[in-house]
Amino acid sequence: MNNQIIQLIQSAIQFGTVIMFGAIGEILTEKSGNLNLGVPGIMYLGGIAGLAASFLYEFNNPDPSKLVCLLLSFLAAFLAAALGGLLYSFLTITLRANQNVTGLTLTIFGGGVANFFGGTLNTMAGGVGQISVATTSSVYRANIPGLSTMGVPGRLLFSYGFMVYLSIVVAIVMAWFLNRTRRGLNLRAVGENPATADAAGINVTRYKYVATCVGAGISGLGGLYYTMDYIKGTWANDGTIESLGWLAVALVIFATWRSLNAVWGSYLFGLLFWVYLIIPGLGRRDIALFNMLPYLVTIAVLIFVSLRNKKENQPPASLGLSYFREER
Amino acid sequence: MEQTYAIQMKNITKRFGKVVANDHVSLDIKRGEILSLLGENGSGKTTLMNMLAGIYFPDEGEILVNGQSVTIASPKDAFDCGIGMIHQHFKLVDVFTAAENIVLGLDGQQRLDLKAASAKIKEICEKYGFVIDPSKKVYNMSVSEKQTVEIVKVLYRGADILILDEPTAVLTPQETDRLFDVMRNMKADGKAMVIITHKLNEVMEVSDRVAVLRKGQYIGDVATSDTNPQKLTDMMVGHAVTLNIDRPLVENRHLRLEVKDLTVLTPDGVKALDGVSFEAFGGEILGVAGISGSGQKELLESIAGLRSAQPGSHVIYHPPSPDEPIAGTHAPVDRKGEELLGKTVRQIHNIGVSMAFVPEDRLGMGLVGSMGMADNMMLKTYRSGKGPLLNRKPPRELAEKVKAELDVLTPSINTPVRRLSGGNVQKVLVGREIAQEPSVLMTAYAVRGLDINTSYTIYNLLTAEKLKGVAVIYVGEDLDVLLELCDRILVLCGGQVSGVVDARTTTKEEVGMLMTRFRKEAAEA
Repeated sequence: MNNQIIQLIQSAIQFGTVIMFGAIGEILTEKSGNLNLGVPGIMYLGGIAGLAASFLYEFNNPDPSKLVCLLLSFLAAFLAAALGGLLYSFLTITLRANQNVTGLTLTIFGGGVANFFGGTLNTMAGGVGQISVATTSSVYRANIPGLSTMGVPGRLLFSYGFMVYLSIVVAIVMAWFLNRTRRGLNLRAVGENPATADAAGINVTRYKYVATCVGAGISGLGGLYYTMDYIKGTWANDGTIESLGWLAVALVIFATWRSLNAVWGSYLFGLLFWVYLIIPGLGRRDIALFNMLPYLVTIAVLIFVSLRNKKENQPPASLGLSYFREER
Repeated sequence: MEQTYAIQMKNITKRFGKVVANDHVSLDIKRGEILSLLGENGSGKTTLMNMLAGIYFPDEGEILVNGQSVTIASPKDAFDCGIGMIHQHFKLVDVFTAAENIVLGLDGQQRLDLKAASAKIKEICEKYGFVIDPSKKVYNMSVSEKQTVEIVKVLYRGADILILDEPTAVLTPQETDRLFDVMRNMKADGKAMVIITHKLNEVMEVSDRVAVLRKGQYIGDVATSDTNPQKLTDMMVGHAVTLNIDRPLVENRHLRLEVKDLTVLTPDGVKALDGVSFEAFGGEILGVAGISGSGQKELLESIAGLRSAQPGSHVIYHPPSPDEPIAGTHAPVDRKGEELLGKTVRQIHNIGVSMAFVPEDRLGMGLVGSMGMADNMMLKTYRSGKGPLLNRKPPRELAEKVKAELDVLTPSINTPVRRLSGGNVQKVLVGREIAQEPSVLMTAYAVRGLDINTSYTIYNLLTAEKLKGVAVIYVGEDLDVLLELCDRILVLCGGQVSGVVDARTTTKEEVGMLMTRFRKEAAEA
């Protein structure tokens, strides 16, 4: 197979993995009726927390343990992102702030926090681009020995770090949870019709909190994958995470709130984003046009879905609305 | 002895603010019996039952289930006591299947086994004679199917005390018969059942015992076999109360509005109005009585142009003669009678047909809560100005006038109307419509929730309009008011006109029976 095409597919899958984490977390959040537009900010939080944790550990230990590197960065990313989700939950569920405004604020907040600490880490490391978390990054980028070198199939299927496979597992588990478990059913009911869920004895507030925090944690892993694997363990405050975060939000819509659709959808987005690699003779301007393709596809899906008008493909009915029991 | 009682409610009192919804009500519900809870709108039936279902919590009194004193603070507590209530507004998730809705919120093993649930649902259905497809999505269901899901949901949770809140309001006669069959099956199974209703024929048909509430008070209970619709009506409406509303008779009344065969469908395709025909005269208040949801809202809305009517319906408007004072400012129309159906809301309004509708939440229709009186006045007049800029002066003057004349209590005409008390909001609403100098004024629930003095202000306003020659249509809830305020009363029942009576000579009982269509059925029998 053409080397260029293999590279394109590899790039698409890596790119897709970043937004897939973001989208799957957001699907969980939105299924509870919370429209968290803070996904970019949450991915920022996850990315910087993971990086900072492993950097500080590696900086202070001349001989870092790979396992500690992995656990520290993974937990830090998940928890920091979940904290972002907790902040959002407190504002929108407990204080009943407007969800759109809160989400957008969270995006700005996350970007600010991440770039602030990113700059600090750069200074500590001795200059821009000097951050090195070589050990941690190597863990994230480790391939299965033997398999990744097995010709074209090996390069296509096994040449990635573990988080690429983890994202698919998370998507499958999410689909199973939402559709095959009692808690998943209850959660969907909360997002569709909280008054009905409440009358059925479901603790609406708790479901919303947990779904939003865990969802944010999963979204944050997208930021972790971006810093550790995608840009190989450094920090770049060029705003890429934010644009990827918005793409994750678009992917949720594209996937019509189904995590399994998000798997192939994210790779499709990646393909569309990188397809200019195999088209010869493109200028910068043309590349920017190609980078717009995922958004165009999302708009096309929105039009298609609304034309078909199938209830199952609509967002959760009470998405974006606060729930007050007194208003029954 | 205690064992036969499924529920005993003792001295239950529930207040909402100053309003007493239930006043020391004591009620017993027995096993293997269908109890009808009968009463007019606002008599406190649903409130009383909501306290059993865990929606409201009683302010005073005690509830005993199977002889044990219990506290029911949430719907879950009610389930634990074996009480299940089927509300008028279904609590179902549209995109879920019947089975998913039924198992929603239940404990059990984490893996969702819908097959086992479906099997259990089928078992319940066979036992009591329901027909239900567990895998059908709720949004594909008819109203009757949704109700069945609600009932099965309650039974699935093991309820043996069932409360049905006006279950037949949304059903066709055939569906009602099927529901009653199921209820009899459940009764035979030893379950206790309460059916909240104001339809006397259903009370007579299905129940074993009738308990009557009136204005929050428990009037009494009788065995259905010992009573008849006449006695029940007397218990339900009580004796007429004299209100002394001033009711002058206008000598020269002219035909103003002619409604012929008006049929209107709800979005679900059910007939909300079915061949309604009547006439309204200038110089007269035509009352519209009926159980809530009998088509009052649809009637006013279709006349005002907010709802489209079925082909063959007519609403003919006869303008006042040019020498009448109210003939003034309106758009010219055909003097022989102008068809209103098919015109836009604005056209109808310009002709002089005004509507002041006071919905349950008061602000929902007609006023914008966050705007002041002046801006709300402008909602009706902003189109009359020239140029792109608003002239705020006339609406401000109008607001000041309404404020002074109707004695609206507000710090300023710019205070958001949401902050005014209910009565003042209603004055603003009615005052604005009157200021349009309409030739037809329609009001619905104009005195809902108002204290007695404010109510009289509104009555006097309406009577003043009548004396000017306006045709006033007054949709009301309180029969005593309708009897003393109106000249004629049109009674709606299930979207049909069940009678038009002279308010000066009719009795409360007659109107009450028309509302429940008793007379028609008695005549047929």
